[in-house]
Amino acid sequence: MTEQTTATAEDLAAAGADQLPPPKTFAGRYLRAMWTANTVTVTVLAVLLALIIGGILIAISDESVRASFSYFFSRPSDFFSLSWDKVSDAYAQLFRGSVVDPAAVQAAANGSGTWERVFFPISETLTYAAPLALTGLAFALAFRGGLFNIGVQGQAIMGAVGAALAGFLLPLPVGIHLVVALVFGAAFGGAYGFVPGFLKARTGAHEVITTIMLNYVALFFLGWLIIQKGIQDPERSDAISKPVDDSAQLTHLLGFLGPSLRVNLGIVVAVLVVAAVAWLLRRSTFGFELRAVGLNPEASRTAGIGVGSTYVLVMTAAGALAGLGGATIVMGTAVSLTGAVIGSVGFDGLLVGLLGRAKPWGVLLAALLFGALQAGGNRMQSFSGISLELVGVIQALIVIFVAAPALVKTVFRLRPAKVSGLGTGMSKGW
Amino acid sequence: MTASTVDTAQVVVEPVRYWTRQRKVGVGLAAAGVLAAVLFGALATAQKAEFTLAETISGSAIGINGTVGAVVFGALAALAGGAMLVTARRAFGWLLGLGIVAALISFLCWQLSQAPDNLNTIPLGSVAHSSVTLALPLILGALAGVLCERSAVINVAIEGQFLMGAFAAAMFATLAGSVWIGILAAGVGGLIIGLLLAVLAIRFLVDQVVLGVVLNVFALGLTGFLYEQLMAKDQSRFNQPTFVPEWDIPGLSKIPLLGPALFKGNIFLYGAIALVILIHVGLFYTRWGLRTRAVGEHPAAADTVGVKVLALRYRNVLVGGVVAGFGGAYFTLLSTTNFNKNMTSGLGFVALAALIFGRWSPIGSMLAALFFGFCSALAVSLSSINSPIPSGFLNMLPYIATIVAVAGLVGRVRAPAADGTPYIKG
Repeated sequence: MTEQTTATAEDLAAAGADQLPPPKTFAGRYLRAMWTANTVTVTVLAVLLALIIGGILIAISDESVRASFSYFFSRPSDFFSLSWDKVSDAYAQLFRGSVVDPAAVQAAANGSGTWERVFFPISETLTYAAPLALTGLAFALAFRGGLFNIGVQGQAIMGAVGAALAGFLLPLPVGIHLVVALVFGAAFGGAYGFVPGFLKARTGAHEVITTIMLNYVALFFLGWLIIQKGIQDPERSDAISKPVDDSAQLTHLLGFLGPSLRVNLGIVVAVLVVAAVAWLLRRSTFGFELRAVGLNPEASRTAGIGVGSTYVLVMTAAGALAGLGGATIVMGTAVSLTGAVIGSVGFDGLLVGLLGRAKPWGVLLAALLFGALQAGGNRMQSFSGISLELVGVIQALIVIFVAAPALVKTVFRLRPAKVSGLGTGMSKGW
Repeated sequence: MTASTVDTAQVVVEPVRYWTRQRKVGVGLAAAGVLAAVLFGALATAQKAEFTLAETISGSAIGINGTVGAVVFGALAALAGGAMLVTARRAFGWLLGLGIVAALISFLCWQLSQAPDNLNTIPLGSVAHSSVTLALPLILGALAGVLCERSAVINVAIEGQFLMGAFAAAMFATLAGSVWIGILAAGVGGLIIGLLLAVLAIRFLVDQVVLGVVLNVFALGLTGFLYEQLMAKDQSRFNQPTFVPEWDIPGLSKIPLLGPALFKGNIFLYGAIALVILIHVGLFYTRWGLRTRAVGEHPAAADTVGVKVLALRYRNVLVGGVVAGFGGAYFTLLSTTNFNKNMTSGLGFVALAALIFGRWSPIGSMLAALFFGFCSALAVSLSSINSPIPSGFLNMLPYIATIVAVAGLVGRVRAPAADGTPYIKG
């Protein structure tokens, strides 16, 4: 953060020399830099704008607020106070459900509550963030290679299938089993990512179309698989698979504080993979070729990079990342395969990847934010009666605003400066 | 333009290769035909496979012994493939069509011959009717895509426009007690997403594929949220529209096969046909169409001769939004009569595939949409004859068919040259 703010301050000093003299004091410089449209400021303001619009939606969808609007002109204060109560309560629950609940901290300090309650929100946030980081990376990696991987959902489904099959079909010792199941998840996802990459390289079939279609194929395959003999849980009549063996379940990190703290090794896996992908993109030959192809496939071909084989590799790697994401869900929280085992973690991964500006560590931060919104949204739904769907709206709005820095700049009248946008070769179109 | 110059240059230099794309497809088709004849022939039983032209399974039927049918039509497909090796480029389309249809009939002979005793009939009239009906939203969605992309704005947000249209149609048709108000509202619903797409893509220069994907999530969340907060709490007040009326064209609707498909329709069918014709004529024979295509291929040149590039793009994207919103009303006023979360289940993306498969032309998109509709209808009728193929795999059929079509048969498609690039004057 400091790095970026100082960089923009210097940019501004250079660019704005003809307009205003740079402020003398450090505080003045700092404020100026903050109000310049740098990446961090735009992101924060995008979140703010999204929350404001979400607040408007909360207010207008509430029965009592709408009732007060009918006599708005005789007593406007009712309308505003009711809206404020409703919205502030909802967002307070969002915070308590995702970061920390002050009441729980007080109770734990007094001795009347448990530390489990204190750590519960943050545990939930991390639990949701782990697969999101992996699916976000799956999108981001392909994006850097100039491919639009909408098939993250299908790849994550196949990853969950692979991990689950390894988890309850292979009798393996503790430790090895866990690793093997994760590898199976990555392999299934990778194989599923290979298909669109190969089709793109060989026939030119556009990956947006093929990956979307493959999402549905994976979904139907999952639906068929979980009712097969040997896969379906013999004690259940509904469509659910056997549970993954204990030896293939990701260890709960805070299990000693209480059973409700679900945060597991998945988040550790996610952080390690983020670091690995960051290294891959920055330092390895493959990462270099990938970025080159993403920026300009024609120039890369001229320079002797195999564009087709890079596409295949990129999609396979992206599929493997998504597969890992699916695997951490089925091995960490879901335990059994069901039709909706991974929820919408693949589609959310697209937003995470975009919000993280397709950079590995950015993706991790974005995943934490989305995980927090998800965890807080659950509490908001049960305590304030606001549908969880609102979280989806807020997430989409954040990404819209982040993707349109010009819009945020216009709304807040920011000073222009460099914003790292989503610039890759994508604007070429189909 | 540069691309075509390079192509001609290559044709001159390059020696004529024997293994052209047509011949490769021919070999593939021949192999598939042989496989069909052997495999389906072996699996089929001697029970008759029957097809009626009517909408019901009663009435006069064309029947054929299952094993014989599977072998004969499989062999026919193989022959069509073999013929491609000889004829090369000539009659490629006809032979391909013949081969695919023959392979399909061979497959159906097997399926029908093993069906239970009185289920061994497929009513082709009903298949035709449901193919067209299932294709309707796809046609409308793809037309919305044609309008946007011909003027160089990529529209991945068709799914979102569908959802908004479906939601608005259900809500306002119920509130007003009239499906026509619902259809108007659906247009407005699609327009809202179209407006966001236009402003953000044209004015704020957001990457259009990214934007489309995000707008879909936005529409999904918004309709889901409003559904939970309003509709789910009081279904009868907000979410109980009626079906749109069915308008049969007297006389014409009695024609076998074509009648149920084209003349036993509703506002969506006739609207879709009218729009296909209107947009086709508009795009290729009017001043607006010429300008739209110019803006899609080379906006700078269009600007030079005085075409208002941005205004034209705004207008086309907005009209496209209305068309897609209208298509969304199909989901709540024709296929069911209530709104559900995420009820379009990705058909907006399929419409996008139809647009690309149809090479950005209204008629091509319509044919692609019909192909997809046919695959879906086939899956439905196969599961109704107790097919041994699990229903999960039958449901995959349309999606896999689209992949095969996009990857194998179309070759490399070429989008409007400026598609997806924002235009900045100066």
